[in-house]
Amino acid sequence: MKEIEVLIIGGGPAGLSAASAAANLGASVLVLERDELPGGQLVKQTHKFFGSKKQYAGDRGFQIGNLLIEQCKTSAKVEVWTNTTALGIYEDGVVTAESQDEHVKIKPKKIIVATGASEKMIVFPNNDLPGIYGAGAVQTLMNVHGIVPGQRVLMIGAGNIGLIVSYQLMQAGVEIAAIIEAAPAIGGYLVHASKIRRAGVPILTSHTITEAYGQESVEGAVICKLDENWQPIQGTEQDLKVDVICLAVGLSPLTELCFQADCRMKYVPELSGHVPIRDEYLETTRPGLYVAGDVSGVEEASSAMVEGRLAGISAAYSLGYGLEAAPKLQEEALAELNELRSGPAGHKTMKGIMKLMDKGEVVC
Amino acid sequence: MLNKTGIPTAEDVKKVSPSPDRLKKGPVAIIECFQEIPCNPCTEACKQGAIQPMEDINNLPKLDFEICNGCGVCLSRCPGLAIFIVDGSYSDREAVVRIPYEYLPVPKVGDKVTGLNRSGEELGVFEIIKVQSGGQKNKTYTLWLVVPQDLAMDVRSIRLGGLRHAI
Repeated sequence: MKEIEVLIIGGGPAGLSAASAAANLGASVLVLERDELPGGQLVKQTHKFFGSKKQYAGDRGFQIGNLLIEQCKTSAKVEVWTNTTALGIYEDGVVTAESQDEHVKIKPKKIIVATGASEKMIVFPNNDLPGIYGAGAVQTLMNVHGIVPGQRVLMIGAGNIGLIVSYQLMQAGVEIAAIIEAAPAIGGYLVHASKIRRAGVPILTSHTITEAYGQESVEGAVICKLDENWQPIQGTEQDLKVDVICLAVGLSPLTELCFQADCRMKYVPELSGHVPIRDEYLETTRPGLYVAGDVSGVEEASSAMVEGRLAGISAAYSLGYGLEAAPKLQEEALAELNELRSGPAGHKTMKGIMKLMDKGEVVC
Repeated sequence: MLNKTGIPTAEDVKKVSPSPDRLKKGPVAIIECFQEIPCNPCTEACKQGAIQPMEDINNLPKLDFEICNGCGVCLSRCPGLAIFIVDGSYSDREAVVRIPYEYLPVPKVGDKVTGLNRSGEELGVFEIIKVQSGGQKNKTYTLWLVVPQDLAMDVRSIRLGGLRHAI
């Protein structure tokens, strides 16, 4: 049985930030990452990040990923196990994992769940044809393996992911036939939308896909306009010849471990699904189990990094580390989160967190 | 509507445009940032003190056109690729528009490229007179395009793929 002070499940922006924050205060940390490399989604992000200097704004996502990986590598207090999938969190506090084909047991004093989120799917005829990808898969293919998914793409979803992946496809020389969005407005940052639009790509809001077609793989898609009640308008169908349909229709927090660990959960649409109830310092209703990043509500990577830092500090502090420094660091992190979320772009998250922390409502 | 199409309206653009007199005087930044998002690298990029520090990180950038000297540091630093430099003093009939560029191939000085407006519509074929690299870390190029004076506030992109798309 491996014993460790702080176990972090997930080596993405939140998990890595948590690891170095906890280690900096003196705690011994183990990070479990199911992929062969740590970094999570950051390794695939080629665009410059928003935020402020404190969240590495202006640096590109993969550069920030490299920085976080480096911070963990150079810390004697942080161990990272890659190719390791956490399987369960038990009543006695033991965490089991599959690591390099072996079943391992870990006995941590504190746990930080930073498992991220998974992509949503939408229903339309032939949505199982080869050539239909999630946006994350397209990014992995292109930016990790250097393979373009096709020649001409229909992007579904004009949130930040749909806009950014469209831009990355264009940078890879792939044509974007259109970006369609069922909502009446673009959900992602408008600067992303504008840079794609001025390169000639139409962004069609109040539009949806009605079907994909093709013999062996995708050969095209039919899209149509939606009315104000989100109903298809007859006669507005358009046939787009594309060989790839890319879905960027939202994310769901990856909360299985939290459910299994018996954290009290609550459904909060603004946070994109069921999320664990947690206090200000990100500790859930299971004492000693913290959450950070998309698993606690889908948001941007910049806030995931700050949440990770906050959870890492809090976990180390609860073990008796950083008795002088920790409270100040916690306040700094809380102030940064508040700053990131205080504008119109963070309104939804703020509302979601308020709902989450409201103890009066029904939970499950 | 910008939030339906991604295309800033004439009204949006007007809000961030310097006066015709200021444009005539020499290079100046046009910050086409119309949405309050948590982002402030432009304020730190500006060494002239023309982009004022933000009280709240979600504020829109505020640029003092009289202090701005069009150095272009903010252009290459803006994560949203939303800053352009326009120099209306280039010649009587022509202006220079500098745009951020992150596609391949990167055009070369002397290349003729198809200029596009904010909707991606073609406005003509223009010459590249300078290409600035953002460096190893930043990676955003700045392209200097010579355009007719009356298109200086319209040209904001070029047809991708470089030469093969120009005449």
